[in-house]
Amino acid sequence: MATTVFVPRDAAALSLGAEDVARAIAAEAASRRLDVRIVRNGTRGMCWLEPLVEVQMAAGRTAYGPVTTADVRALFDADFLHGGAHALLLGPVEAIPYFGRQERLAFARVGITDPVNIDDYLAHDGYKGLTRALGMTPAAIVQEVTESGLRGRGGAAFPTGIKWKTVLDAPADQKYVTCNADEGDSGTFADRMLMEGDPFVLIEGMTIAAIAVGATEGYIYLRVEYPHAHRALTEAIDVAYQRGYLGADILGSGHRFDIEVRLGAGAYICGEETSMLESLEGKRGEVRPRPPLPAIKGLFGRPTIVNNVMSLGCVPIIMDKGAALFRDYGVGKSRGTLAIQLAGNIKRGGLIEKAFGLTIRELLYDFGGGSASGRPIRAVQVGGPLGAFMPESQFDTPLDYEAFTSVGALVGHGGIVVFDDTVDMAQMARYAMEFCAIESCGKCT
Amino acid sequence: MDILDSSTEESIARVVARLKDKPGALLPVLHAIQDTLGFVPAAAVPIIADGLNLSRADVHGVISFYHYFRETRPGRHTIHLCRAEACQSMNARGLEAHAKHRLGIDFHETTTNGAFSFEPVYCLGNCACSPAMMIDGELYGRVTPDRFDDIVSQWKDR
Ligand SMILES: Cc1cc2nc3c(=O)[nH]c(=O)nc-3n(C[C@H](O)[C@H](O)[C@H](O)COP(=O)(O)O)c2cc1C
Ligand code: SF4
Ligand code: FES
Repeated sequence: MATTVFVPRDAAALSLGAEDVARAIAAEAASRRLDVRIVRNGTRGMCWLEPLVEVQMAAGRTAYGPVTTADVRALFDADFLHGGAHALLLGPVEAIPYFGRQERLAFARVGITDPVNIDDYLAHDGYKGLTRALGMTPAAIVQEVTESGLRGRGGAAFPTGIKWKTVLDAPADQKYVTCNADEGDSGTFADRMLMEGDPFVLIEGMTIAAIAVGATEGYIYLRVEYPHAHRALTEAIDVAYQRGYLGADILGSGHRFDIEVRLGAGAYICGEETSMLESLEGKRGEVRPRPPLPAIKGLFGRPTIVNNVMSLGCVPIIMDKGAALFRDYGVGKSRGTLAIQLAGNIKRGGLIEKAFGLTIRELLYDFGGGSASGRPIRAVQVGGPLGAFMPESQFDTPLDYEAFTSVGALVGHGGIVVFDDTVDMAQMARYAMEFCAIESCGKCT
Repeated sequence: MDILDSSTEESIARVVARLKDKPGALLPVLHAIQDTLGFVPAAAVPIIADGLNLSRADVHGVISFYHYFRETRPGRHTIHLCRAEACQSMNARGLEAHAKHRLGIDFHETTTNGAFSFEPVYCLGNCACSPAMMIDGELYGRVTPDRFDDIVSQWKDR
């Protein structure tokens, strides 16, 4: 029987040579006449261990990493297909504390399944949320999302259920669900990893949103810098159509819903929702005045849901397992889990999905292991260019929307960019000004 | 203005005809043209404007708004080097200086042998493996100056 070996197709893993590693494993297996089946999974989010290769054993998966092509022959010599000892052996993935300590809800399947295999998705609780939603009234779906306490993960932290209710209550001949996949802040990549590692969860989340508010058309506004996510989404959308999860009659329910991916074109401001809508309409991405809210007059003047990838990615598990499961994670008014991204000058950078409430210090040192350079950490930038640089004295702030606001910072999209003590803060300030000048939409400057 | 040969003009017209009925078709049209030709030539503007019932000024206004659309022919390969904060924390500035020196060009320029165009980018979503760059859609992480030279020499003859 073939041994299954997992080599990620995630862009971060590819950026460190995963494609060549996958090829080398296939070639070495062939030359040794070993029966190996390679699955290209999403990433586990432990970027410092990429390319992270996993072998399926009877008891679970055993990981090796970071693997280069130069290690492949030695791994076979060490009988890694049976978990053999080798300097790169990490043991069971769940036993790596960085991973084992996480609480994965939106990312439950990422790294585990083949991202574009719908049967794998179904075997891991996929489309259970939609199936339940199809048996509910639109108002009950919206109520469930409201009760979960989910707030928008794109930065503004607006309650998702309340936004949906506005769209549900707005009478119109046509409504839209749009997904904001513009992810422009430096230090953020959770949207990318979710779209590459489990595109079906986004498709399912959008479909539930559509049924909840009576929308029939959906757009994913994806930044052009993400070609790997584009491929994963396109493949998954094709499969969803073939299997009746998108199209004229979703699962025989009589509901129609279509999704199209639209690419941005390198403009940071198009992550702002009204600018994104202008761009989807084929125009310059200039910010619209508000009111009206997009929920009332959005895409082509119709009621429109605009939600971030992670917000929509939380919806299927909320619908499947119920609002209470989600709401029971977190602190204060920050409910559920947050996909935290550790980036920049950090030893163990990557993705950590965990209930709100961890402090920055715990993230930087317990998870991140300190700076990559080994020097003291001077500051972190959280919330992208619109967020703040937080000095060491604020590292005990817990990740919580209100706690951040109270110290003049922003959780934003949950990206934490780490700088060591060589950072020149005046230079960073000049860069911020330069960036604003380059990226201004010209509407109010 | 570039003079387009008739086959290029036809291919632009075909793209426009294929996509013009999409709602908000202009960005998809511009992407399809740039995917085919590598840039959006000025001579394409009237064809697009006619097909989509827009003014030439509108079409031009959109092309110039978005950094990704280019109006000049690129080199055989385009290097996008990340300049954003996470990459800066890992010496993206040093890498940028090295790359400019090595390629002998500044951002928005093309090497004289036509091999590479060089563009800045503001985050590639690879911020846990900074500094990052992309060549023709292939992503690279932890790019040191030495690794930059290796990667570029692999692409030189592709
Ligand atoms: C300058 C600017 C850039 C933004 N960029 C993004 C982005 O890249 N992705 C995103 O989801 N939201 C972004 N937002 C927030 C959106 O305007 C909007 O609040 C969000 O997409 C709503 O979805 P949510 O409620 O699910 O978070 C940005 C806002 C501003 C002001
Ligand atoms: S001009 Fe600048 S500040 Fe004003 S809306 Fe546009 S991007 Fe925002
Ligand atoms: S800041 Fe360079 S990849 Fe994100």
